[in-house]
Amino acid sequence: MDLPEPNSAIIARKPQIVARLQAVLPDGAVIYDEHEVKAYECDALSAYRCAPLVVVLPSSTDEVVAALKICHDEGIPVVPRGSGTSLAGGALPTADSVVLGVSKLSKVLETNYEDRYIRVQSGRTNLSVTGAVEAHDFFYAPDPSSQLACAIAGNIAMNSGGAHCLKYGVTTNNLLGVKIVTMEGEVLEIGGAHLDAANYDLLGLICGSEGQLGVVTEATLRILHKPEGARPVLIGYDSNEVAGACVSDIIKAGVLPVAIEFMDRPVIRAAEKFVNAGYPDVEALLIVEVEGSETEIAEQLALITAIARRHNPVELRESQSEQESAAIWKGRKAAFGAMGQISDYMCLDGTIPVSQLPFVLGRISEMSEEYGLAVGNVFHAGDGNMHPLILYDANKEGDLETCEKMGAEILKLCVEVGGCLTGEHGVGIEKRDLMTTQYTDADIEIQLCVKDVFDSDWLLNPAKVFPLSLTESRRAS
Amino acid sequence: MNPTNETELADAIASAKGPLRIVGGDTRQIGHPVDGEPLHTSGLSGITLYEPGALTLVAKAGTPLAEIEAALASENQRLPFEPTDMQGIYGVTGQSTIGGVVATNASGPRRIQAGACRDSVIGVRFVDGQGQILKNGGRVMKNVTGYDLVKLMTGSHGTLGVLTEISFKVLPAPEATATVLIDGQTDEEAIASMSAALGSPFDVNGVAHIGGKTVIRVEGLEGSVNYRAAKLVEKLGGTVANFDWTTVRDLTDFAGRVGDIWRFSVKPSDGPKLGTALRKIGAFDVQFDWGGGLVWALAPEGSNLRTVLGDIGGNATLVRASEASANLPVFHPEPKAIEFLNTGLRAKFDPRNILNTGRMG
Repeated sequence: MDLPEPNSAIIARKPQIVARLQAVLPDGAVIYDEHEVKAYECDALSAYRCAPLVVVLPSSTDEVVAALKICHDEGIPVVPRGSGTSLAGGALPTADSVVLGVSKLSKVLETNYEDRYIRVQSGRTNLSVTGAVEAHDFFYAPDPSSQLACAIAGNIAMNSGGAHCLKYGVTTNNLLGVKIVTMEGEVLEIGGAHLDAANYDLLGLICGSEGQLGVVTEATLRILHKPEGARPVLIGYDSNEVAGACVSDIIKAGVLPVAIEFMDRPVIRAAEKFVNAGYPDVEALLIVEVEGSETEIAEQLALITAIARRHNPVELRESQSEQESAAIWKGRKAAFGAMGQISDYMCLDGTIPVSQLPFVLGRISEMSEEYGLAVGNVFHAGDGNMHPLILYDANKEGDLETCEKMGAEILKLCVEVGGCLTGEHGVGIEKRDLMTTQYTDADIEIQLCVKDVFDSDWLLNPAKVFPLSLTESRRAS
Repeated sequence: MNPTNETELADAIASAKGPLRIVGGDTRQIGHPVDGEPLHTSGLSGITLYEPGALTLVAKAGTPLAEIEAALASENQRLPFEPTDMQGIYGVTGQSTIGGVVATNASGPRRIQAGACRDSVIGVRFVDGQGQILKNGGRVMKNVTGYDLVKLMTGSHGTLGVLTEISFKVLPAPEATATVLIDGQTDEEAIASMSAALGSPFDVNGVAHIGGKTVIRVEGLEGSVNYRAAKLVEKLGGTVANFDWTTVRDLTDFAGRVGDIWRFSVKPSDGPKLGTALRKIGAFDVQFDWGGGLVWALAPEGSNLRTVLGDIGGNATLVRASEASANLPVFHPEPKAIEFLNTGLRAKFDPRNILNTGRMG
């Protein structure tokens, strides 16, 4: 993966740049020691590392404005960073960049249960947003796996999803407003506690723009009352095809579960070994969760289990207690960690039409043989968002490259069958060069034009999302 | 101009010598009329893909809404956002097209729970102001590949490009529906009831206050609907009653009456204050949807209702305008910095400024 040549003139000006930033930011908010900046050299795509020139950690929107004005004036690339949990390299710095971390912006600014929203600073973690309202039995719906650590700023940048978005939608469907600072240091209020834009839907445009249009410092988020209860059912099948058909039939039947999760045998075995969730040793396992009161849960599960039985499951286990529900989810939630115990892995994120699940799973297992790398599949089946985990050995020469090549093949396949490169992780640097498989040059050019409008000097996270060859003339100017 | 496919439409735009007025079914005549040679999209018609098991439908922009709704109904599915039908208030009859629905982000009562049109659209194909055929998004419901121009195009009223094909996430139609009706509430009481309903675990998906009635809707499996309706009655009073939600969706009470129609989007708890202010300034009639956050007002022609917003956050749109209100902006004026972005985007997507010129400023 290439990164643009750092601008040596910027690097040479480091002392002046640090001095200017220190003049407007409090003590400790400017990190420039070459050992200390190393803590920011990567995000969760840790195969790629590059220490930034400087890191700034502002504690207010005003400080973000001050820092951005200086960077704009000095012509320095800025890499916004939430908690650094991006799996796509969204927060990977370049050697000539200033990392702008929002981790100190973590306050709750307002909660309003009557109008059902919470306003927070963007560095607040996803789970602690729910934490701030759960005493009132409310929650914030998007639940990425990294929700304990990931920041709302990163959720907005990547338009993060989660296991329950089949019912509740992803970040963009739950975001009501932002306060955003442009690269020139202008503060914009977009959206708010009311619904829908007065003019163009700039909020929808900003969400998922991977920190390239501005730095979000505050967010107004929709909160919902918790359902009365929730219960999962575990369904095992002896083939991926049958499990895929079952998913499709459940959706067609008119009952919409809050989650339909899918795991294949390698992941089931790894999860079982790791946390003893009590999973059966089957080819494919579905976890289907429904919500409501006792009677509502029973009504929905009756329908779902009847459909599941028509496909002759090897195992069908309806949770009978809180403990059993927790055990059913325990394995799924630990799946990534469990795979990490076995090996290094690369986690893909392509989405496919649900009808293509069996075909794509079949092709992936063929590719696995071809490339000699094992693959585990764990994903959100209801919406076709796959997460193939390709196992490799980081210490083995050439293994990462083989893994990346195979990953690219899988993502191309996702696009070929009508899907996309990334469902919820974002493009970052990881899928940047594959953008042309999904989009024509003209489709990409119009997106670059959007960035021109917001950040005419191309200083915000400039080496991400789009192939470098297509952005070179803009970045150079 | 009546192109019959995307290429012809692209050619028509590329070779246009002056402004174009984009016409689907001409059933959503928002604000003031725009000048320009009519460019009809009705020739681009038909459902191109429908996979009920994937909750996905793709249709060309000129496809009649009725055709899409019929296809979905045959599989017991529907568009989640309950698209409005504004023919009554505009006094026209025609075939509303799906392109017009998306271009105007036409979302009905269910928007409060299932999201707006912009939340259901998962992909668009469109032709920009230079005649380039472009696409964004796709046909899968989770897609964060590149910028989300799908949201930008939805509700851009044909000023950034002409939609040619649209993909939707659809939802199962419910087995049962019930409405809890509470009669005779003041605006304040109604909004308190609606907030309590929306803040309950009972998953309400329609919450309106119209003609003195407060109505709260639940949908789903029959047992669940009965349970939740009973719980809401227990909590809020009222009775389970028959109610026609198209009266809320389509503003049927305003049809055939003289006056301008304004639409306000505000924080629901600001609804009563706004309603009082609107009546004081001369509004004949005020209705509340979306739990009080969507306020419709019928008012004397030419009166600038937008002034009542004052320190209330939100926006106002002049949905049905008269000649007397010709000098009032249709869409809510934005702060300078945001207007700068809007103008900048329009200049990139339609550099010759020929698509529905002047519609959105």
